[in-house]
Amino acid sequence: MDDLLREFITETNESLDVVDVELVKFEQEPNNATILDNIFRLVHTIKGTCGFLGLPRLEGIAHAAETLMGKFRDGAPVTQEAVSLILISIDQIKEILNELESAEGEEPEGDDSELIGKLENMSAKADAAMAGGGEEEAPAAEAVEDAPAEEPAAAAAEVEPDINVPDQALERPLRPGEVSLDELERAFQETEIEVEVAEPELIDVDEAHDEVEDIEPEPAPAAAAPKAEAKAKTEVKDAKDPEKKKGGGVSNQSIRVAVDTLEHLMTMVSELVLTRNQLLEIVRRHEDSEFKVPLQRLSNVTAELQEGVMATRMQPIGNAWQKLPRIVRDLSQELEKPIDLEMIGADTELDRQVLEMIKDPLTHMVRNSADHGLERPEDRRAAGKPEKGTITLAAYHEGGHIIIEVRDDGKGIDVDRVKAKVVERGLASEAEVDKMTDAQIHKFIFAAGFSTAAKVTSVSGRGVGMDVVRNNIELIGGTVDLRSTAGKGSSFIIKIPLTLAIVSTLIVEASGDRFAIPQLSVVELVRVQTNSEHRIERIKDTPVLRLRNKLLPLVHLSQLLDIYEGEDVEKAIDSDNGFIVVMQVGSQTFGVVVDGVFHTEEIVVKPMSTMLRALDMFSGNTILGDGSVIMIIDPNGIASAMASHASSAVAENQEDEQEDLQRKAMTGQNAISLLLFRAGAPEPKAVPLSLVTRLEEFEVSKIERSNGRDLVQYRGALMPLVYVNEGDCHKTEGTQPMLVFSDAGRSMGLVVDEIVDIVEDRMNIEVGSERPGILGSAVVKERATEIIDLGFYLPQAFEDWFMRKEMDIASLTKKVLFVDDSSFFRNMLTPVLKAAGYDVTTCVGPQQAFELLENGDKFHAIVSDIEMPEINGFEFCESLRRDPRFRNIPVLALSSMVTPASIERGRQAGFDDYVAKFDRPGLIAALKDVFSGEMGAAA
Amino acid sequence: MSVLEHKLPDDQETASDMIQYVTVVIGGQLFGLPISQVHDVFVPESVTRVPKSAPEVQGVLNLRGRIVTAINMRRRLHLPPLKDGQMMAVGIEYKQESYGLVIDTVGEVLTLPSASAEPNPSNLDRRWAEISGGVHRLEGQLMVILDVDRLLGSMFTEPMAAA
Repeated sequence: MDDLLREFITETNESLDVVDVELVKFEQEPNNATILDNIFRLVHTIKGTCGFLGLPRLEGIAHAAETLMGKFRDGAPVTQEAVSLILISIDQIKEILNELESAEGEEPEGDDSELIGKLENMSAKADAAMAGGGEEEAPAAEAVEDAPAEEPAAAAAEVEPDINVPDQALERPLRPGEVSLDELERAFQETEIEVEVAEPELIDVDEAHDEVEDIEPEPAPAAAAPKAEAKAKTEVKDAKDPEKKKGGGVSNQSIRVAVDTLEHLMTMVSELVLTRNQLLEIVRRHEDSEFKVPLQRLSNVTAELQEGVMATRMQPIGNAWQKLPRIVRDLSQELEKPIDLEMIGADTELDRQVLEMIKDPLTHMVRNSADHGLERPEDRRAAGKPEKGTITLAAYHEGGHIIIEVRDDGKGIDVDRVKAKVVERGLASEAEVDKMTDAQIHKFIFAAGFSTAAKVTSVSGRGVGMDVVRNNIELIGGTVDLRSTAGKGSSFIIKIPLTLAIVSTLIVEASGDRFAIPQLSVVELVRVQTNSEHRIERIKDTPVLRLRNKLLPLVHLSQLLDIYEGEDVEKAIDSDNGFIVVMQVGSQTFGVVVDGVFHTEEIVVKPMSTMLRALDMFSGNTILGDGSVIMIIDPNGIASAMASHASSAVAENQEDEQEDLQRKAMTGQNAISLLLFRAGAPEPKAVPLSLVTRLEEFEVSKIERSNGRDLVQYRGALMPLVYVNEGDCHKTEGTQPMLVFSDAGRSMGLVVDEIVDIVEDRMNIEVGSERPGILGSAVVKERATEIIDLGFYLPQAFEDWFMRKEMDIASLTKKVLFVDDSSFFRNMLTPVLKAAGYDVTTCVGPQQAFELLENGDKFHAIVSDIEMPEINGFEFCESLRRDPRFRNIPVLALSSMVTPASIERGRQAGFDDYVAKFDRPGLIAALKDVFSGEMGAAA
Repeated sequence: MSVLEHKLPDDQETASDMIQYVTVVIGGQLFGLPISQVHDVFVPESVTRVPKSAPEVQGVLNLRGRIVTAINMRRRLHLPPLKDGQMMAVGIEYKQESYGLVIDTVGEVLTLPSASAEPNPSNLDRRWAEISGGVHRLEGQLMVILDVDRLLGSMFTEPMAAA
């Protein structure tokens, strides 16, 4: 493609964008001659250049569009229909241009005769309307709307300039400065000037269309004259345009530079900045260097150069808004909502790259506001608001960022509907949603696949919108926030950095590595020291900082990044010493604890290699002054990691949480994972997940029948299948889900109808059961659920399940006393212990255990729960150890609360071992250990 | 992209059937990289580790102003880390980005006929077979051809970001 053509395409695209905007403006104020002039000139230039470059298709369309616009200039009424038609032509031109560009200058094949025909038709109609308006002594716009069809027709036949003189009410005020038009046109002008200005009103399209169509045949001869005029005028314009251009003068002071050139320049400057930083670093190390002064100069020059190059990349944000008036106009028609688009601060400048990136999100947000935000006119009226909705776009600088606001005066966000949707989509539970503030609810708008629009329209409602918007904005280091007042409207606030290329960062250290945190999100730095006013406090193990009457959740950077090298991550935060980087991301504020803070440094962000791009903790990396590579923290990634680490609502929930923790500690009722399934009956059944070895699905055809029972081949052995209710049978086709329980090389498959869910819940068996196989019923996930007794089913698979080991260690069978107040655990673990070959006696508490022991019952070991009423496990063990008779019995602690502290406490109390309640293999192993130790001692 | 990266480049075939390999040693095994893919050989120094990255990513480093992602080949091949001695690295380009393969030592350049390459033995460790483009029988030892595309390609767990 030659340069001329390339330049033509760039220039024309720019012109067309302007035409788009101007046309929409023109439609609203058809009397504004300046706007019309502007459009006319632009289209004319396009036409002229096309002819010059030999692009007949483009020229044809541009010519027809120009003719129609010429009619407007001559006073034809500006109809919505006509403007739409011109807009369509502009679109067509753009399309051809695009193809032209991709085809390297070949004008694409195609037929525009239909479009041109329409344009010509419209021109003819415009003529007719003009003529008709003259006869009717009425403002043209109204004339066409109101006048019966015959009248304009008649008028068209009798066109005479003199008659027109008093009647040409249809005209807009004329261009006073316009010169050198031909005589006929001047005559028209003179008549027009005398006429009072008509109220610019958009006429009803359909009606006007019909009427104009009626008069079409007649005005043909009359139309010829104005056409000629238009031609004449064009020629005059031709002469005028170059003059205007020269007169403008602006074009002489600016030159076109290819974006690539600028990009390259920018990269080079970035490198220069890096090199300067490197030099400064070296000089910093050598005190009295003679380089100091020249380097200072270099530094200043570099800074200025950087600023200068940045300035070349700056563009007014209005460029990104250019397409919006057109979009809003189209939407307004499509949705039948009158919409006003207000744009404030269009000259606010920002980096080209940033500009490109926010174009699409902005468009999407404006569409959203028009579609979801603004109500229908009738609803607006009912709410006492003006029928015409307003969407406001505002841009302004604030600190180092640009704030862009998209605001509508619509109905605001319906919190209840969002809530319902959140729950429906499973993004949060109802209970969680109820606790959230409105602002937190609003945030869900940005969740993936979320749309509250009841129905999908062509405009929006597909739910792929706002999350994409947020992603795009976050991609450029920006944030998006939402404020909404029911009934008043909502506003999206986008905060983006001025430029992407150079970022000011704070260099910090964590676990020996340095990281750069963008200053943008750093609110302040807090030094924590013994005796200083700030100190780190803890709620249970959660560290928080009291900062100006707010509680700030804290997390250590090395903990977030999984690079903590010490033993216990909880201890990463030293309560008496450290730096806290207070960060704000969106509305979330939190503290990141670091080991050291160095200095701030302007860095040039280099993108991460594709392989590492999936890490959301980092936004990029760069080379520091000392030549080493440093990772740049992505505040958004940190914020989301933080959210999973500590609740942002710490401050609000702190007391509840403490109570909750205490209660938990008291009852020892920690939530456990339960596997919910259905088998044989519709009501849910549950079994602790930790007891299940595997979940499997077998092809029904794999189920074999042998010796009167169902079996499958599983891992090289035959696995018997057991049914929950006797007489149940497996499915007849497809796959059969089952729960596999394995122990010491043997497996059993419990056939179930459906695996429902895995839930974390406290398990309180509230109603015991006499039915074999069922321990009782508990409330799980708000439903009564049967808890399965595994001990009943295991022997069904292998009758000797609980006996087989006794055979080989029959002489060694140990009597074990199992103390637990919870019947569930007694029922659950007794089979486990029996399966391991122990003779188990259970009792419900230390009291009963003491009675048994006092009665002379001998036990080889005692397994005791810790959390028990009256006497807890620690006390029980301590009193056992005090009694010389029982001093040497091995005692194992079994607890759902396994923390280093509690293990230590257990050791002090005299327990031989400490096992987590659901750690079955651990329990067996611990028992084996104590016995082997004992045997070793005995031998 | 070099023609050598394709298995059987047409023009290469007609010009000559010989391929030059830079040999490297990783955990005692000889590997060969097509010379056209090797940009430089360097000592990986001051590598910045990248938290949360794949275990085989040793980190990032500055190689003459470019940021290079260093991949520890021993970890990639599930070999124990090198006890002592200086590691070396081979700089390669993949999809316009620079990577450094951290290996034990760099050997000589061998010119081998492409026809003498044999497919991977079927019993080769699957993790090795994944990145091996075949085997050359040399005198006294075998040289495994490192397939850079497969080696790095398999590390992009997620689809490349559209951006």
